[in-house]
Parts: sequence; structure tokens; C-alpha cells
Amino acid sequence: MNIYARRRAANAVVTTLSVAATAFGVLWLVLVLWTLLENGIAAITPALFSQMTPPPGSAGGLLNAIFGSIVMTLIGTVIGTPTGILAGTFLAEYSRGNHFGEVVRFINDILLSAPSIIVGLFVYELMVVPMGHFSAWAGAVALSIIVIPVVVRTTEDMLSLVPNTLREAAAALGTPKWKVIVMVSYRAAIQGMVTGVMLAVARIAGETAPLLFTALNNQFWSTNLNAPMANLPVVIFQFAMSPYADWQVLAWGGALLITITVLFLNIGARALASWSTFKQ
Amino acid sequence: MSPAAARRAMPISSLGLPGTEAQPASRQKVLIRDVDFYYGGFKALKNVTLPLHDKRVTAFIGPSGCGKSTLLRVLNRIYELYPGQRATGEVLVDGQNILSPGLDLNLLRARIGMVFQKPTPFPMSIYDNIAFGIRLYERLPRHELDDRIESALRRAALWDEVKDKLPQSGLGLSGGQQQRLCIARAVAVRPEVLLLDEPASALDPISTQRIEELIAELKADYCIAIVTHNMQQAARSSDYTAFMYLGELIEFDETERIFTHPKQKHTEDYITGRFG
Repeated sequence: MNIYARRRAANAVVTTLSVAATAFGVLWLVLVLWTLLENGIAAITPALFSQMTPPPGSAGGLLNAIFGSIVMTLIGTVIGTPTGILAGTFLAEYSRGNHFGEVVRFINDILLSAPSIIVGLFVYELMVVPMGHFSAWAGAVALSIIVIPVVVRTTEDMLSLVPNTLREAAAALGTPKWKVIVMVSYRAAIQGMVTGVMLAVARIAGETAPLLFTALNNQFWSTNLNAPMANLPVVIFQFAMSPYADWQVLAWGGALLITITVLFLNIGARALASWSTFKQ
Repeated sequence: MSPAAARRAMPISSLGLPGTEAQPASRQKVLIRDVDFYYGGFKALKNVTLPLHDKRVTAFIGPSGCGKSTLLRVLNRIYELYPGQRATGEVLVDGQNILSPGLDLNLLRARIGMVFQKPTPFPMSIYDNIAFGIRLYERLPRHELDDRIESALRRAALWDEVKDKLPQSGLGLSGGQQQRLCIARAVAVRPEVLLLDEPASALDPISTQRIEELIAELKADYCIAIVTHNMQQAARSSDYTAFMYLGELIEFDETERIFTHPKQKHTEDYITGRFG
């Protein structure tokens, strides 16, 4: 066999293997989505969005859990995003090559890959124990701790992609450093930064472990941030594990709802990343 | 060549201190004196001394790595954005040493404009690209700001091409237009000195010609220093030329003399293309 035929054969083998591996991976993803759709679609009714989580055996919906998830995700994002953006800005713009920055970056990477249950336990010790009860605030703080490292990382990466020549050009006009960052670096990196925030939101929208130790759950409608609050992931956990068929259906509905939300957040993030504000 | 010999080679001794007139119409605006520059431990400029004249163009030429861009970057201290880079010596602008430690760098850079090798429009509209620099130090009513922007774009020979699309992004312009936008941005803040770092090296011949015409016009109002790889460009558009090699200033003289009767063999070899 000559060298060219051998290369073609090797190419065919490798191509086949990688296609097979991809198909294997995608297969499970499709199965997950299909199972979710099959079991959850029945629960997507107006009642799901208008009624509270029911006691076993009666009809109900997930309104309080949907509301709780939205509120805690929102507060978590509102706390985590500015913190993350400022820290990422510090790393990218103020701490280049400095030792402290290296340490912060390393710690942030650890936080980024820390299991979320540890974040839940930490906030349990930090807030729930001293306060003496579970609360939506604790849940939101736990979620914000998950948001921060994601946003720090994407902000730093996106700012690092802004060419130095652009910073030089702004500085050469006599622009103070903070203004160079706000007016030029942020503008050049804004899409990537927003994408990072959206991915962080998608990530916390489905987190269960941090909420289990913090916001816990609430069977009733509650807007009190100092009290336990219902949320989709924990309700799904509780209802899916229960022996009651109507709870299980609601759990599937909630799971489908989260998946669709995350899917759209991801699509939104991708669309934003490819769409250029400054295209002609 | 020794620094002493290099200094003998240039007609500075007669120009000497600030205020000494070389010729009636051209006042000495900047005096670079005994400047050394370090990138960390690497010494990139060695004892460089030369003047820049007001309303004249001074070209820095020399092979890659000779320190000509570095010298330009000393003049607005833009190198200070990076840790580990430092300059020693004196750069006197109207007699004031801009290398002195207490100096406000932002105010300095507002006085000394710079245009870079690659066009660097900001990610904002054409209008805001120009307004950005003006707004930094001046609060103008809208119509005055409009006038300033129009006149800056006219000076940069860009007005006719962009007057109908001022709200559009500066990034949508062609390379040559972007570079003229950057020049307009630099002149809009009314600096005293204009530094051009190979402003036409990324451009096509027609855009290059535009930029050169522009330099010739801007010369009437500014002290201009231009770094260029292009010998013809230096010969065409400058009044004085400084030839640098390996961080040293080899020869500084009127452009005509540099290109016709260089005093140094090294300069002659370079401008005739025998090395570099």
C-alpha cells in the first residue's frame, strides 16, 4: 500500500471514529430532550402557570416555584454580575503580570469548578444558621456565588481580546484609564461580556444543590425574601421523588420549563455573540 | 559609532537650547536630550539627542528595531501603559521637561497627539470617534461641537466621504478612511505636536498619497514627527530626517541634505538600499 492510500485509510478510520463518538454523545442528549418532552408536555397547561404547588392528590401548578426561581435567579444575577464584571476588569486591565492578580485568577478558577453543593453548604453556614431559618435571600446569595466566577472569567477573557492598540489610541488622546476602560474596552468587549452573563444565568436557572440548603422550598405563594421560597429545581427534586403521579407530572413539566428556558438563554447568548452591533 | 561622534554629525550644537532659532520661520518646539530607553533590561535607545521644529515635519528612519518607534513613544510617554518600560534623559516641550515624574500624563497626551500604524477607530459612531477626544477636556454646546467635528474631518480630507453617515460606526470605513478618521480624531483636540507612527504602512498607494498630502497641510499648524519605513515617503514629506540604527541616532539633518549629501557612510548605505 502506498503512502497516499495509507493516509486515506487512516483518515477514513479517524473520521468514522469521531463521527461515531459524536453520534453517541448526541444520542443521549436527544434522548434526554425527548424524554422530557414526552413526559413534560402534558403538564404544560395554563394551570402550570397560574396555580400553586398542590398537596398530593389535588390539582395545581408551579406558579410559586416559577416565581421563586425567577426572583432568586434575578437577585443572584444582580449581585453576581457587577461583582464579576468589576473583578474581571481588575484582572484584565489592572493586574497584568502582577502576583496578586495571578492568585485571584487561580482562586476564581477553583471557584468556577467548585461543586455547587459546597456553595450551598457554605451559604447555609454563613446565613441560614445565624438567621435561624431558610430564606430566599440565602438562596439568591448562593446563586450569586455561582454567577461570580463565570462572569469574572468571561469578562477577563473578553477584555483580553481587546487589542492593546485600541487602549493606546484612547490613552494617546489624554483619556484617563477608567474612561479608556468604560468607553473603549467595554464597548469593544460588550457582546462577549453579555454572553457570559447569559450563560451564567442559564447555569443558575437549573441549580438545585445550592438552593436545597438555603431557600429550601415553600408550598405556598410567598414573596417574603426572609422566608423559605419555592423554586423549580427543588420542587422538581421533591415531586419527582414522590410516589404521587400528579406530582411526578408536575416535576416533568417543571423540568421541561427549565430546559426550554436554558435552551433559549443559550440561543440568545449565541445569537448575541455572532451579531455585531457595528456591522454595516 | 560613538554617541559623541553621532552628536558631531548633527547640526544641533548650533540649535542648542530651547528658544534658539534655527531659521526664522521654524521655532524649536521639542528638544530630545540624552534620552535612553529600556524595555526591562534591554536598552533600546542610547543617548539620543535631537530637536523637533514647529511647523515642520521630522522623519525618523532606520531599519526595523532601530528604536524609531520607541523614540516616538517616548514623546507622549505612551510606553508607561506597560510596566518595565522606562526612559531617562530629558524631553523638553517648550522648555518643560515632560519626562519629569510629577507630570500629569493625560494633560501631556492631550497636548501631544498620536496616530498609530494600524487604524484604531473606537467602536462607536464616526461622530463620537471625533467627539470623544474633544469631550475629554472641553464642554461645548452642540453646534460648536458639530463645527469642531466638521472642521477636523475636513482637515483630514474625510468630510465629503462621511458627512452623510456620521451616526454610522467608524469600523465600517475602509482602512484608509479609518486612518484619516484617526488623524481627524487626533487634530480635533488641537494638540501642539503630532506623532505619526508609520501612518500609511497599512494602506494602499492612493490612501498613502492622501495621508501624505494631509501631512503637508497639517504641517502649517503643527510640529510633526513621523516614523516611516518608506524612504521615498520620508524624502517627500519631511523637512528634517533622523537616521537611527541599533538605538542610536546616527545622523540628523535637513531631509534634503540627508538624501543628497549624508555625512555618515552608514546613512548613505541605508538610504541607497545597501542594507536595512
